[in-house]
Amino acid sequence: MRLNQLVKTAVIAAGAAVAFSSAVAADITGAGATFPYPIYSKWAESYKAATGNGLNYQSIGSGGGIKQIKAKTVDFGASDMPLKAADLETEGLIQFPAIMGGVVPIVNLDGVTPGQLKMTPDVLANIYLGKILKWNDAQITALNPGAKLPDADITVVHRSDGSGTTFLWTDFLSKTNADFKATVGAGTAVKWPAGVGGKGNEGVAANVQRIKGSIGYVEYAYAKKNKMSHTQVKNRDGQFVQPDDETFKAAAAGADWAKTPGMEVVLTNQPGKASWPITGASFILMHKSQASAERAKEVLKFFEWSYKNGGAMATELDYVAMPAPVVKLVQDAWKANLKDASGKAIW
Amino acid sequence: MSASFNSIPAHAMTLDKENSEDGIFGKALMATMRKQRLQDFLFHKITFIFALSVLFVLLGIIASLMIGAWPALKEFGLPFITSVEWDPVNDQYGAAIAIVGTLVTSFLALLIAFPVSFGIALFLTEICPAWLKRPLGTAVELLAGVPSIIYGMWGLFVFAPLFSDYIQPALAGTLGHVPVIGQLFKGPMMGIGILAAGIILAVMIIPFIASVMRDVFEIVPPVLKESAYALGCTKWEVVRKVVLPYTRIGVVGGVMLGLGRALGETMAITFVIGNAHKLSWSLFAAGNSIASTLANEFAEAESVLHVSSLFALGLILFVITFIVLSAAKLMLMGMSRKEGAK
Repeated sequence: MRLNQLVKTAVIAAGAAVAFSSAVAADITGAGATFPYPIYSKWAESYKAATGNGLNYQSIGSGGGIKQIKAKTVDFGASDMPLKAADLETEGLIQFPAIMGGVVPIVNLDGVTPGQLKMTPDVLANIYLGKILKWNDAQITALNPGAKLPDADITVVHRSDGSGTTFLWTDFLSKTNADFKATVGAGTAVKWPAGVGGKGNEGVAANVQRIKGSIGYVEYAYAKKNKMSHTQVKNRDGQFVQPDDETFKAAAAGADWAKTPGMEVVLTNQPGKASWPITGASFILMHKSQASAERAKEVLKFFEWSYKNGGAMATELDYVAMPAPVVKLVQDAWKANLKDASGKAIW
Repeated sequence: MSASFNSIPAHAMTLDKENSEDGIFGKALMATMRKQRLQDFLFHKITFIFALSVLFVLLGIIASLMIGAWPALKEFGLPFITSVEWDPVNDQYGAAIAIVGTLVTSFLALLIAFPVSFGIALFLTEICPAWLKRPLGTAVELLAGVPSIIYGMWGLFVFAPLFSDYIQPALAGTLGHVPVIGQLFKGPMMGIGILAAGIILAVMIIPFIASVMRDVFEIVPPVLKESAYALGCTKWEVVRKVVLPYTRIGVVGGVMLGLGRALGETMAITFVIGNAHKLSWSLFAAGNSIASTLANEFAEAESVLHVSSLFALGLILFVITFIVLSAAKLMLMGMSRKEGAK
């Protein structure tokens, strides 16, 4: 009797395990950038509710995502820094933008309200180069005649881990300041001449919140969530702009996605009166030639659904959805480039 | 054959002789012996394989570190160890900053942790009233079990603000004015940096060193101590002249255990060291250790040289730990030899 029961439970358990594992096997997998992780997981949750298909996304960082997709251990990789068109060619990959967001400078200064301080790219570059050391430096006070700036040291805070956020920040400073380009350059990790490092957006935010007179850079969502004092930044058209959905969208509007090979577009320092100069898109990487057309199609279905239905969710989490013309371009690229083993188009 | 006979208890041998005529007991005994010999054989082999697996894992780690580090070592050569360059954009790497950061924070930690742990262990074994002994001892052991990330978070959010508001100004105001040493206590007071990391490390290794010391102090035969007390020695004299010489090896072992932990500590350090690839005379300045560099950069390192340089850092940490442990072993051997000569 007892043995019988035991056998029964074992059979049921085994059955459940089989059912569970087959459900898992149907899930598509992705790995990479941490910046879009909140929105991808939000999309995945809603997508699962709507279609029953799941997505397993591991936010291991852009570098890790690129490695994983090259090793073909995931269905797609994700990176905040677009790969060069030539690299895409040699690896047999395509990339397309999935979501956009902005990076904002944050400061910890008594008596300064969020969005009050005005910064130019040159001043930011000089602060990060360790050339402007005090908050009452003439270069800063000239931009902010109304603000009460103390005679205090500036503590520079940067990311200590490699990150797409650092890439956008250094790319922006390199594009606008020749000195910064020559001594530091743009990359996911760079040789910082000054300051202290924090691990992750939360690490930078924690350091800036703690150290009086500090300045750092984080994703917009972090600055907003933690109610930190962000600054205005002067854009390419000479306007001081505040970071928000509208200015991020304005930056994307000016970019020429169609003519850029491999969609390798970095949205920093884009033209447009209202455009926020430190905007960036996060990219998805897939192999052009797919061994399993089924799985590739599942991935594309997920992103198609997200482009169509994910806009409101993106806004809610302070991201910006890709504009319709760009989505059209992306889907054309899917048609043209993604092939199954026999060379037939998947999309 | 004779070896296996030796393992049979003496009374069984006599029984065997007494019952050898009917042979039934003798046969049963032979069967048991054979079974035992087989068990012994299997037991020996299995434990041998387990022990050998440790060696394989160790060799495997060394080999994979070497293979991983090879491109960087080939590119930069020996100057890798002394170069202060760490520039991922231009693919130039050197280990000096991380090595210095690791050694300085561990040294600071030991400098603070050793006297404190010594005091804790002495109090617990020699002075503490019996009713307090257990709760205090348990508290020390519990402290050793706290995960390091907890220390890191506590260090960044609780310790660092207090450190920058009260302790750093006090240090700069006093030691900061002393010539030469003053250089160590200058610069902006951020609460995080090399000194903060050293103090957090000290807090982390104190329970380890203290509990080892307490255990070895406890094995000193009471007769020795009592004799010393009978001769009119003070507590300090007993500790200095009886307890310490008797337990020297154990104390050194405990210190090395703590140092080993301090060298490799990762998460807590990453939180409080400031993560800046810079060398500075000031202990207030932000720095980097080998472990924190690995924790920060491994996930996002893309270029071959960057990944390989991180492997090389790992290899260097391995070598440093190895040197520390062998130095400790040599020291212990030297001590026991001297003991014999006495």
